Amino acid sequence: MTDLLDRRLLFVTGKGGVGKTTVAAALALLAAARGKRTLVGEVDAKGNLADFFSVPPTVFRPREVQPRLFAMSMDTEESLKEYLTLQLKLPLMTRMGPLARIFEFVAAAAPGVREVLTVGKFLWEARQRNYDLVVVDAAASGHVVGQLAAPQAINELVSVGLIRQQTGWMIDYLSDPGRTGVCIVATPEEMPVNETIELAGRVEHETNVNLAAVVVNRVLPELFGRGEEEVFERLEQPEGRAGLVEVLGPGAGPVLDAARLAVTLRRTRAEHLHHLRTQLPPSLPLLFVPELFTKAHGLRSTRLVAEALSAELGY
Amino acid sequence: MPGRPVSMEQLVAAKEVAIFCGSGGVGKTTTAAAVGAMAALKQGGKVLVLTVDPARRLANALGLEGFGNVERRVPASAFAGAGTKPRGELWAAMLDTKQSWDDLVRRHAPDADTAHRILVNPLYQNVSGRFVQSHDYIAMERLYQLHCEGNYDLIIVDTPPTRNALDFLEAPDRMADFFSSRFLRLLTAQARSRLVNMATKPFYQVADRILGSQFLEDISEFFILFQTMYGGFVARARAVERLLHDRHTTFVVVSTLEPAPVAESEFFIRALAEMKFHLGAVVLNKVLPDYLLDPVARAAAESLTSRAPEVAAALPESLELGDPSQVARVLVEVADSFQRFHVVAQRETEERAELAAEPDLVAAVPYFDSDIHDLCGLLRLGESLWA
Repeated sequence: MTDLLDRRLLFVTGKGGVGKTTVAAALALLAAARGKRTLVGEVDAKGNLADFFSVPPTVFRPREVQPRLFAMSMDTEESLKEYLTLQLKLPLMTRMGPLARIFEFVAAAAPGVREVLTVGKFLWEARQRNYDLVVVDAAASGHVVGQLAAPQAINELVSVGLIRQQTGWMIDYLSDPGRTGVCIVATPEEMPVNETIELAGRVEHETNVNLAAVVVNRVLPELFGRGEEEVFERLEQPEGRAGLVEVLGPGAGPVLDAARLAVTLRRTRAEHLHHLRTQLPPSLPLLFVPELFTKAHGLRSTRLVAEALSAELGY
Repeated sequence: MPGRPVSMEQLVAAKEVAIFCGSGGVGKTTTAAAVGAMAALKQGGKVLVLTVDPARRLANALGLEGFGNVERRVPASAFAGAGTKPRGELWAAMLDTKQSWDDLVRRHAPDADTAHRILVNPLYQNVSGRFVQSHDYIAMERLYQLHCEGNYDLIIVDTPPTRNALDFLEAPDRMADFFSSRFLRLLTAQARSRLVNMATKPFYQVADRILGSQFLEDISEFFILFQTMYGGFVARARAVERLLHDRHTTFVVVSTLEPAPVAESEFFIRALAEMKFHLGAVVLNKVLPDYLLDPVARAAAESLTSRAPEVAAALPESLELGDPSQVARVLVEVADSFQRFHVVAQRETEERAELAAEPDLVAAVPYFDSDIHDLCGLLRLGESLWA
């Protein structure tokens, strides 16, 4: 199987709040650090991808935010303009006033058009080899299937015209597992796990795109090794607590409480992780990113996630 | 300020509609259901929770096999199972976008034939089923309809998880704008007459080349049909907007204390104020316990890290903890774990201070160590933010 970062185009998705953008940014940062000319783009124009590199907001035109790493955000109208001028050689058209309104109009009537312009832009960058790798911070799980299936949907809706001509190669590129993959981000919690399992099934059945990996974010560390948990359990009993308070002072109580919370959370999450593993195809790689317990944000925290992913990928 | 609600209990007692919003993954659906369950339990009357979340889990938690566009009553047995007897009734419904759109078309179409032609149009199916923003609009539309029917004392709405939580607020406006747009008239006028004038010609050249003329004609037909509903539609969108601004309607922002949801909540709170909507409360979910910030505990953890072997040796033998070096390792791990969570708790405190600056009411829900599977769990969550 093709190594995750050796593909040309990766769509990163997942339930809201699980760290989808963090993982997309970290994968891109890691690829760039490994020498690949990389583009990372967010489909949500109101997103906050830029925050993950500690740079001013991204725009449609890619900007180098780290060595070899370029970031952009999708703007479907800009994408249409670019498409008309470059690919279709219709320079005059783009200078015409009502284009924006026409576009808004058509996109409202046939939603697939908007999605095709989004996915198409990233596909184009990948196919032209403008970058070694294109990482897309794609739509959240609810909408990503529609995005990935858009070229097919348009193909069925529109029987002639230039859009129709373009969807053919897009479908080919999307369905090549050596070049394109989807990466689902989850956390080891009940809802994200269930949603990931469901989404994995939908990607499999409703799109032609290969599911490349599931990244599990915020995995809690195992506190105790063999035999140590029993010691903790005894320490946490009233006599143990009293003994520790005697030696350490009243602060010992909350310290034990915090450890109890950590142990319980870890245990519940381990169950969810187990469920996730058993419900996904055994051959599908699961990559684990630990809970960071840091005050860091922005580029620093993206770097930490990239380091964790690097270790998971065996680099 | 006297008379302002200071608890969730007072807030929902004073309102007829409570709209819960926030970014994805913050526990919005669960929080909305918990508040609904508490209102039915304690305040009586008929309470409806309208959710957009198709998760079976919530249905199960409410003791229902599942629920759809039609409201279902949560059985008294579910409350009995949680050891309580509600004063009122709890109802639940899930937003079915497609079904709601179809209802809307039937209501506003001039006659049954037009309604039918719209409903079978492939473009209509595309719009109603997949158009993301239609979801936002239809949630508010359905709320309006339910409110007008007057069957409930309190309606709690769990809004769609949009990245930009404001989309659904602007949706009624956008719908109205859309149907009164100049280009819609242009397009439909063109289809009615084959005469293409100089003003519309470039428009058609572009559209033709991109989409093909057959598709363009399909679009035109669709909009001509849709335009028959224009008047009713716009009037309806305006009425929905009035309901959202009504003084019996309130908004509850749900967030966790992670940086991204907090940033979005701040933005959302500001926007609500600008648009003159009533912000009733901010609910903070999964808040880490206060003891993580206790300086005495912190000192104990630090001391434990530096002198674990000493502490292990000083513990009474009666505890039968075994090998002192193993006990020391456990103690170091316990202390480290406290320190790790302390860092997060401290960051959360800063985020919380930012958020608390705005609304009158901020409710914090602790980090529950287990998932919510039944009404009992929902009520436990509800209790923690109620009074």
